Amino acid sequence: MNIWMLLAVLGMIFLVIFQIAKASEYVSVLKGEGKARLQSNRINAFLMLAFLIVGLAGAWWCHKKLAGETLFAQGSASVEGEKIDSMFMLTLYITGIVFLITQVLLFWFAYKYQEKEGHKAFYLPHNNKLELIWTIIPAITLTVLVVIGLRHWFKITGDAPEKSMLVEITGQQFGWTYRYPGADGVLGKKNYRMIDPQKNNGLGQDWNDKANQDDLITTNMYIVKGKPVKLVIGSKDVIHDVGLPHFRLKMDAVPGIPTTLWFTPKWTTEEMRERLNNPDFEYEIVCDQLCGASHYAMRGVIKVVTQEEFDMEMAKTKPVYYAAFPDKDPGNKSVTPVADSVGQPASTAVVAPAGAVKTKM
Amino acid sequence: MSQETLHQSQAGTLAAHVDHHDTHHGHHHHETFVTKYIFSQDHKTISKQFLITGIIWAIIGGLFSVLFRLQLGYPESTFPWLENILGRWAEGGRIKQEFYYALVTMHGTVLVFFVLTAGLSGTFSNLLIPLQIGARDMASPMLNMLSYWFFFLASIIMISSLFIQTGPFSGGWTAYPPLSALHDASPGSKLGVDLWITSMAMFVVSSLLGGLNYIATILNMRTKGMTMTRMPLTIWAFFFTAVLGVLSFPVLFSGFILLLFDRNLGTSFYLSEIYVQSTQQALPNEGGSAILYQHLFWFLGHPEVYIILLPAMGMASEILSTNARKPIFGYMAMVGSLFAIAVLAFLVWAHHMFVTGLNPFLGSVFVLLTLLIAVPSAIKVFNWLTTLWRGNIRFTPAMLFAMGFVSLFISGGLTGIFLGNSALDIHLHDTYFVIAHFHIVMGVASFFGMFAGVYHWYPKMFGRHMNSTIGYIHFWGTIICAYIIFWPMHYEGLAGMPRRYYDFSQWQSFKQFGDLNQLITVFSIISFALQLLFVFNFFYSIFKGRKVLSQNPWNSNTLEWTTPINPGHGNWEGEIPEVHRWAYDYGKDGVDHLPQTVPVGANESHH
Repeated sequence: MNIWMLLAVLGMIFLVIFQIAKASEYVSVLKGEGKARLQSNRINAFLMLAFLIVGLAGAWWCHKKLAGETLFAQGSASVEGEKIDSMFMLTLYITGIVFLITQVLLFWFAYKYQEKEGHKAFYLPHNNKLELIWTIIPAITLTVLVVIGLRHWFKITGDAPEKSMLVEITGQQFGWTYRYPGADGVLGKKNYRMIDPQKNNGLGQDWNDKANQDDLITTNMYIVKGKPVKLVIGSKDVIHDVGLPHFRLKMDAVPGIPTTLWFTPKWTTEEMRERLNNPDFEYEIVCDQLCGASHYAMRGVIKVVTQEEFDMEMAKTKPVYYAAFPDKDPGNKSVTPVADSVGQPASTAVVAPAGAVKTKM
Repeated sequence: MSQETLHQSQAGTLAAHVDHHDTHHGHHHHETFVTKYIFSQDHKTISKQFLITGIIWAIIGGLFSVLFRLQLGYPESTFPWLENILGRWAEGGRIKQEFYYALVTMHGTVLVFFVLTAGLSGTFSNLLIPLQIGARDMASPMLNMLSYWFFFLASIIMISSLFIQTGPFSGGWTAYPPLSALHDASPGSKLGVDLWITSMAMFVVSSLLGGLNYIATILNMRTKGMTMTRMPLTIWAFFFTAVLGVLSFPVLFSGFILLLFDRNLGTSFYLSEIYVQSTQQALPNEGGSAILYQHLFWFLGHPEVYIILLPAMGMASEILSTNARKPIFGYMAMVGSLFAIAVLAFLVWAHHMFVTGLNPFLGSVFVLLTLLIAVPSAIKVFNWLTTLWRGNIRFTPAMLFAMGFVSLFISGGLTGIFLGNSALDIHLHDTYFVIAHFHIVMGVASFFGMFAGVYHWYPKMFGRHMNSTIGYIHFWGTIICAYIIFWPMHYEGLAGMPRRYYDFSQWQSFKQFGDLNQLITVFSIISFALQLLFVFNFFYSIFKGRKVLSQNPWNSNTLEWTTPINPGHGNWEGEIPEVHRWAYDYGKDGVDHLPQTVPVGANESHH
């Protein structure tokens, strides 16, 4: 609709409301203040009750409509996330009961104890016993929630199991780079001053460190079903956040301060596609910390695969060292163009020069 | 001349705290327009200045949210009129991403600081502290005036940042470095940040001047008989609010100054090992910590939530009791829980940082302390409910908003139990669940407290009534919109949908909420229109509202209703009344209300 028309309609509505309001004010002056107050009291008290009933029904309807759209409907895709789901449900039940009791009391009292002629309020300044009860009950309930919460918290933030696989994930404006340690199981040293995308060194790998020579960089992150994975998280520029909603996990990527995160995936991407009956399903990596104009497009993809598929994928990938030094590649003496993703973050919205971000428009 | 005598005698009151009341007879001010309405030192005028500036900011900040909701609700559509008003920020009728983030940032900054801190606490602390404790003005009317003008200056600087070439700051109201520290990280991180920081620094000065004044006034200038435990809960709330501000704003200030140094002087407080993509440059800074800023920021940032919420709690308590015609239930527990909240407010800041790589043990301490806040909050809710129980409730617009406040405080407070528990927070952090939580509990609830305050004390401010019918429409419309807008956002958050996204269409995981986002946008526009109705009612009633005929229109007990209908500077003609009882003797011994100035009768019962 035309904006001016909309504004005109709005103006008309305002005018009507204003006229009604003005008229009702005159009427109440004529009727006498006390009488007018009693009438508006009756209406508002009734509306309070109506709001409670319609509101609760609305909340129920909203739940019916939307609960299936949340991730809880599909279950946690990581073993660790199951604890978070069960804890969520417990907290939901407890707070749900409190919510229901307090809201019902609030609006019911509003209706029940509306001002009536001849009725007198009950003088009740305090009652220590009551107050003690509603101090202690919340305190105990919260203690239970804290104890359960902290047990899960320490488990989730504790050390990764020793047999975990290792993946490094590095954020930059606006994409992610995934690095695998290769055969030696060690990620080579990095120095941010050595970053040079022109020389296929987007992470600043120190080529003097031998451990770097077999490190692999992939376009998507590949991890193995049932095998714990430890992510070493870093950032090249501003703070990003590795958000993994399906696995119920999240950790900031902070420049200069590496962080870690570990979990055990339960279903492969293929299995999830079947479970959800959605052939386009992907485990998406969500940037959860505002990082600049294309923050919303900083998407990564995790492919959860079987061990065999994983091994094949790794075998296919050449160490990034050979991209930086093509002449040292034993299997490829003639210089061929290397995978163009190498040295640059692999995700969708990636653009090296800043101006190019605007392509989304 | 007479103003000087007023100040001298106030200094006297401060120093000796003896009764100088009878020296205050008759204030014959020879005021010009400028001293009366602009550079006024009368706390009542300053309070109106804060309120009207706050209203203007609320319209601007609300409009920002309508604009970015348009993008979220209709990501595929274009609105040519947007280009007419926003120019190159909305080329082709669609808001640009940089500008979207600038809108989000400004919406947060404006609403949190300029509206719900200055507009709420600035208005009602100023209006009610002297009036309800029985003082002629603030301890230092001069500093009080400066407090407003620093706020005004902050406003001017913030507004000016909207019009610069590179655009306003766009890194979120929390301004986390390195994004806010690196000129080349985003267009909004250029001059926009410097202006933002300067404006916020002015704002901190304003806040401190105001806060120190409120504390000094409450501690030193109470009228005879007004012991601390006879003060209305509003005053207790303003007192703790001021203490929170005075102790935490300086920390924020230091955080901002270090950020300014990092930006312009080459220091490395927050910067380490950074390679800027846009310029392909490795920066020399090493050894700083981006997380340090977050500690400094949230050391204010969390108390700030209570700086916003406590005044609303205090006013809701007062209004609920008055209109239920019953004493507030558990006065001492209400004061105690305010105190507990104020203390705990300082010990929970790191719950905003559970996913920054914080030491897990440290995190666990913050979980414990955070969930502890639920206890005093629960006490307050149950006490409000008991205050209503067996009352004789009058539904004035103020009362409706106060009850709406309680409802919203419950709804939003309970979701805090999810977010404060770190293990759950890992999943919910920075999703729409958080948006829903804090908008309900801190945003809308505090707005309801503020509306309640405006409707309730409007007769004292302007000697006229606001139109109640528009008030009722305003209340019912707003509470319905508030729940429709924010309730479904919880579900989006449970789907992991992140905050601060410009467009969700390319995400497999979040694109199912397109219709819902549209619905939310429609209701936020309706809600905005309803607020304009309130604004109209507010300004119209200043000039044309029904005149207040009775000195005490709500039959209230507190001292402000013993002043003349249109009090002059100095508030009371003649002596300041003496106080003999607490503020909540409603319905005692069958008497409807016993104002604080009524001496305790011989046969009166004890409670």
